[in-house]
This record gives sequence, C-alpha cells and structure tokens, in this order.
Amino acid sequence: MARLIRGLLAVLLLLPLLAQAAGIEVRQFDDPVTEQRYQDLTASLRCPKCENQAIGDSDSPIAGDMRDRVYAQLQEGRSDKEILDFMVRRFGDYVLYNPRLEGRTLLLWGLPAALVLLGAVVVVLMVRARRRSSARALSAEERERLDALINRERDE
Amino acid sequence: MKRRLLLLLPLLGFLVLGGFLYQGLSMNPFERDSALMAREFPAFELSTLEDPERIVDASLLEGEVTLVNVWGEWCPTCKQEMPQLLDLADRGVRLVGVDYKDTREKGREFLAEFGNPFEVNVFDPEGTLGFDLGVYGAPETFLVDADGIIRYHHTGYIKPEDVRETILPEVEKWRD
Repeated sequence: MARLIRGLLAVLLLLPLLAQAAGIEVRQFDDPVTEQRYQDLTASLRCPKCENQAIGDSDSPIAGDMRDRVYAQLQEGRSDKEILDFMVRRFGDYVLYNPRLEGRTLLLWGLPAALVLLGAVVVVLMVRARRRSSARALSAEERERLDALINRERDE
Repeated sequence: MKRRLLLLLPLLGFLVLGGFLYQGLSMNPFERDSALMAREFPAFELSTLEDPERIVDASLLEGEVTLVNVWGEWCPTCKQEMPQLLDLADRGVRLVGVDYKDTREKGREFLAEFGNPFEVNVFDPEGTLGFDLGVYGAPETFLVDADGIIRYHHTGYIKPEDVRETILPEVEKWRD
C-alpha cells in the first residue's frame, strides 16, 4: 500500500513536467550560443494570437509554428535580424516586443528622452532663478529693515 | 498670474495621457492591419483539395479580383461564416478557399455539409501558406486584386451585415 501511494505521489509530482513538455518542445542545438539565441528570439517575439505572451511560453498553435520556423532558420545559419524580418513581414511590427527605431516609432522612442531632457531644463532654470534671487545684494530699504530687526533683538 | 497658470501644465499632461488610455480601453487588439497589405500574395505551390494531382500557385489569383478565405473543418466560426460566403459567391464574387491545417477527408466533408462557394480550394495541411499569409487563426479573408496584390484583410468572422457594408464595396473598389 505504502509503495502504491509513493508511486502515485511520484506520478503526481511528474505531471507538471509533462504538461510543460506538451507545450514547449525539446530542441537539439549544436552549440550553446545558438541555443541562447533561440531562447532570446522566442522570448522577444510576441505571439500574434495571445495578446501578451512571448512565443516561447505560449501553447497556441501559431506560437508553435513560429518556434519551428525560428529553430529551422537558426539551423540554416540565418542571423537574428533575418529571422525577425521574416516574422515582421508576415505578422507585422506587433510581434516585436522591442519596437525598432524608425520613422514611425521615433515618437515612441524619442518622447521619454525628450521629457527627461525637458525636466532637466526646467530644474536647471528653477535652480538658477532661485540662486540669483538669493545672491542679489540687499537694497538700502531692506538693509535698514534688517538692521532694525537685529537691533530690536539686541535691545530685548 | 502667468506663472500660476504654468502650474496647470502637469494636470494638462495627465488629462491628455488619460484620454489616450481611455481610448485604449475600447480598442480591439485583434483589429490590426495585415502586414501583407498592398503586397503581393505570397508564393506557394500546393495541390487542390478537390484534386491531389492538380498543383496551383499564386498565378491562380491573377486576372480577376478574388476573395481568398482561409478556413478549416476544425474551425467552428468558419461554419457560421459559410452562409455569408455563399451569399458573396451568389453576388458574383470569385472566391478561392485555403483549407488550412486540415485533412483532405475532413475538408471535403465540411464542403459537402456547409456548401461550397469556392471556385477552387488550395489544400494547405501544414499551414505553410497560412503562415506566409500571417494567419494566426481562422477564418481570415484576403481580397486580392487582378494583379495578385492584397488589398483588404478581414480577421475573423464575416458577419451577415459585413457582406454589404464592407466586403462588397471593397470588391467593387478594386474591380476596375
């Protein structure tokens, strides 16, 4: 009985592994560099069917097809850029998690930098304005008032 | 006073951002243009569903405005869409089917049961043509002009009202 329970437990523990294997294939790579490129590419390509999942961890059939293509093209010796271009030609910019820097995406990449720059300019201007007002010499009237205040304190 | 108004700038910026985000709530992420728009229909060489001996390629689509519908027996929405496609065929639109990731038997059964509005069906069991078309589900429909250029793309179900409101006007637009 105990042995049976232990066996069942082992099977239960293995189940999640099986489920994972059903979705993501086991691939053979000639070298670890290619394997790393495969991992990076499948993590940076977005599954067109599932809104916000990389093809590397999606069970949808189209993500599987895309992984097959990535693998096949890596084996053919294609570069990362060629593979990404291949996908974009078919599925559009949508599949890129890192949008490319081009005319249409200039605003996307440029806006945050422009805002940071604008903020820096505002801060510099404010600091300067403040410094100028504090460094300015006291007018005769102000000096008089200051003396009066100091003298009052001394008298008390 | 002017300086005071400047203090409202961040609020203004926030409102603009909020406006964009609010608009995003009602947008359908699946309604995006095909990457193949205004490009040539991808090259292919596949047999037809009807006749395994007959090999067709992209020249099949030249000479006349054609509606290419990607379907499969496994796809329930495709079944619901068939009456609309039959309607389009009745109205004189040339339709070519792509039987996507299917078996020949199932594909033929499907056409026998739900009707066949297609002049011919390209048999794509591995989904290679579908992949080159950027198809990520079925049904998907492409309008190809007489020169074989993709002019319109419809993702998903063609509703009965879509026939008159969008598909037919698009067909007419590219006919001459």
